[in-house]
Amino acid sequence: MTRVLRSNLWAIGLAVLLLVLLGLTKLIQPSFGFNGLESLARASLPFAFATAAMAVVVIVGGIDLSVGSMMAVCSVTAAVLMTMMGWVPAVAITLLVGLAMGAINGSLIVVTRVPDIVVTLAMLFVWEGVALLILGSPGGTADRALTGMVRGWTGPVPSALLLMLICVFAVWWPLSRSKLGLSIYATGSDEEAAFRSGVAVGRTRVAAYAICGLYCAMGGLSLVMLTGIGEPVPGPYLMASVAAVVLGGVVLGGGRGGMLGPIIGVFVLRIIRTMLTLMGVDPNVTTIVEGSIMVAVVMLGGFIMLRGRKT
Amino acid sequence: MTTETEPLLDASHVAKSFGAVRALTDASLTLRRGEVVALMGANGAGKSTFVKILTGALRPDSGTFNIKGRPARAGSPAEARRSGLVPVYQEPSLIPDLNVADNLRLGGTPTEPFRRWVAELGIEGLRLTDMIGQLPLATLRIMDLARALASDPDVVLLDEMTAALPTDLVEKVLATMRAQADAGLGVIFISHRFAEIAHLCDRASVLRDGRTVGDLKIEPGVEDRAVELMLGARIDLGSRAPGEAPPPRPAGPPRLRLSGLAAGNKLTDVSFDLHAGEVLGLVALEGQGQDELFATLAGFRRPTGGVYEVDGRAAAFGHPADAIARGVKLVPANRSEALLKERSVRENIALPFSTRMRDWGVLRMAHERARVAEAIARLQIDTRAQGEVQRLSGGNQQKVTIARWLAHGVETLLLFDPTRGIDVRTKRQIYDLVRELAAQGTAVLYYTSELQEVPLACDRTVVLFNGRTVDEISAAEADQETLMRAAYGLSRTRAAGVSA
Repeated sequence: MTRVLRSNLWAIGLAVLLLVLLGLTKLIQPSFGFNGLESLARASLPFAFATAAMAVVVIVGGIDLSVGSMMAVCSVTAAVLMTMMGWVPAVAITLLVGLAMGAINGSLIVVTRVPDIVVTLAMLFVWEGVALLILGSPGGTADRALTGMVRGWTGPVPSALLLMLICVFAVWWPLSRSKLGLSIYATGSDEEAAFRSGVAVGRTRVAAYAICGLYCAMGGLSLVMLTGIGEPVPGPYLMASVAAVVLGGVVLGGGRGGMLGPIIGVFVLRIIRTMLTLMGVDPNVTTIVEGSIMVAVVMLGGFIMLRGRKT
Repeated sequence: MTTETEPLLDASHVAKSFGAVRALTDASLTLRRGEVVALMGANGAGKSTFVKILTGALRPDSGTFNIKGRPARAGSPAEARRSGLVPVYQEPSLIPDLNVADNLRLGGTPTEPFRRWVAELGIEGLRLTDMIGQLPLATLRIMDLARALASDPDVVLLDEMTAALPTDLVEKVLATMRAQADAGLGVIFISHRFAEIAHLCDRASVLRDGRTVGDLKIEPGVEDRAVELMLGARIDLGSRAPGEAPPPRPAGPPRLRLSGLAAGNKLTDVSFDLHAGEVLGLVALEGQGQDELFATLAGFRRPTGGVYEVDGRAAAFGHPADAIARGVKLVPANRSEALLKERSVRENIALPFSTRMRDWGVLRMAHERARVAEAIARLQIDTRAQGEVQRLSGGNQQKVTIARWLAHGVETLLLFDPTRGIDVRTKRQIYDLVRELAAQGTAVLYYTSELQEVPLACDRTVVLFNGRTVDEISAAEADQETLMRAAYGLSRTRAAGVSA
């Protein structure tokens, strides 16, 4: 039990921070309640998937700048497919498309040995073009069954939150307990040692990027579910996902961190924005505050970790 | 040599080139069940390339390599492992961010045998939940070996595994490996300490210039033969002019004084004086602490103990600029660490002028040009491609790294293997330059991995072994054999009556 606590120390700290922020929000705006929580969960949905996608590739020691573009491709793919077929095959195909795009990114990095940041920057433009080719302007449709999934409450939990947690951890939980998951952490931590330990480093990296693509597909689907249409222009998910990943205790450079922290990080960043909006702060100041909080939290966390290690 | 039993491992006529560089031309090694064979060679003999081929990290260009009579299609460490050869490297290959249990799971190592081996090798209190990144290095080395033994291998290759391991653990490792060999394991053992080789091994296979030049049975007196084989026929780099006898040991206070200097766990106890006007050679096999020594002297890292004085004043440099300000200048082995490859020769030579904030203003180009031109002329730098340093040959690049300090004025010059990878003619120019600088009163510390350079460039030599200075040898005595013996931790001369 203590071990579980210790390895999730960062996530627990963030969760406490989140609760404090929720309490503060309630103080600032007494009318903030169930409706506020529900809309927070909905607004966080695509950010959470983008962050999950980014977390996997950062843990393997890389980065994927094409996260937002892949989400756009999946969003338009799903919206167009649903004009032709039922939502179940459309969702299945979209998930496969995401997986394939991620695998292409990963393979290009492994085969060409061009740095990941360059390859995925190039792919950012490629996937953006692909999305616009599929659908030149926002359009398509979304099945009622899908849009209903992210609205309202399921018992005591906002439906959007429940859906997100199920989707993210249905992939992550078995993965982190598999040999592949271990290989992903090993490759990110020390590639040479992983290679010498018999890990197929290249294949592991491709798999991590493919999983990133899968999460991007979920993110694209969530956009369709929220808006009811497909949107070919990428949203602001790239930088937000990097921010949440870092805030969530995943070390840029790889090997360390989990999935719970980044997901909580998404909500921390969202609630800060909500709070500042409720307080009537100039939106331009809002981004300054967000950035400052991120640096402060990561610095403080690093300091605490260092102290903890010495004792 | 014929044997009744089939060899466990048989590599013959293995060759490997990297571009134009032939790292291995004809390397062979056979290993039978129950045998421990040492792989020996001087720096640059091709040992590490051969090890990479044996462990599957590199594919040979030609030659055969069989394990248990079957071709080892070693394309990766994982495949080499499956065919029965498990390596243990100098740097442990465990994942720092995972715990012990996960590391075992990653390589498919069974837990119980691993625990047994760890205990047998003398590590107590290891928990499977311990994070690798927080364990001491010695424990990791032992764990790496225990992991190898637990996978039930046919051949274990220990590559410098005992380096920087405490003595009691070294003894445990040697005893365990001997017992395992007696039970049928094949062991390839690489170490820079001859005492360990003599203690553990049955045979020694010697590499020189990329080829296997001898296979020696370990018996009393074999070290002389091994040293001879490692050195081989000497390439003539010229000799010092006869009239140019080394100057008498300069009197007066030393420019650099080290006493018991330590930095980290690789550099434990270094003491020597370096006087103005002398060239002090430093001889060491790879990884004996010379990197740490030069990094400390040049201000890249702080010493953790002992005395380091420049001109009689304590010198605990916190930044390379501090060292430069006190006249201590480093020419590193890797030229790309010192040069701005995309910039011109002139800018590279002018760069160290600008380390102080008040020098950040306009460069006085006329003044600069004169100094730079002088340095270029003096070093005979070929400036046809002076627009970008990266287009110069290696030798000319090395001259630029030295020229930048000449233009600036240098009191103490630290040269770390300055002739690595450059042609003989340029080498000679560099020896001449070093002698000339010393004659003008510069103190030079000269580390070289090529022993034959020592008598050409140096006045006397200190030997670094296992993080400490173990011997001081004057230029007159500094023949390669004496140096090689000292570097392998052997006593300086042959047994009485045999000395040449």
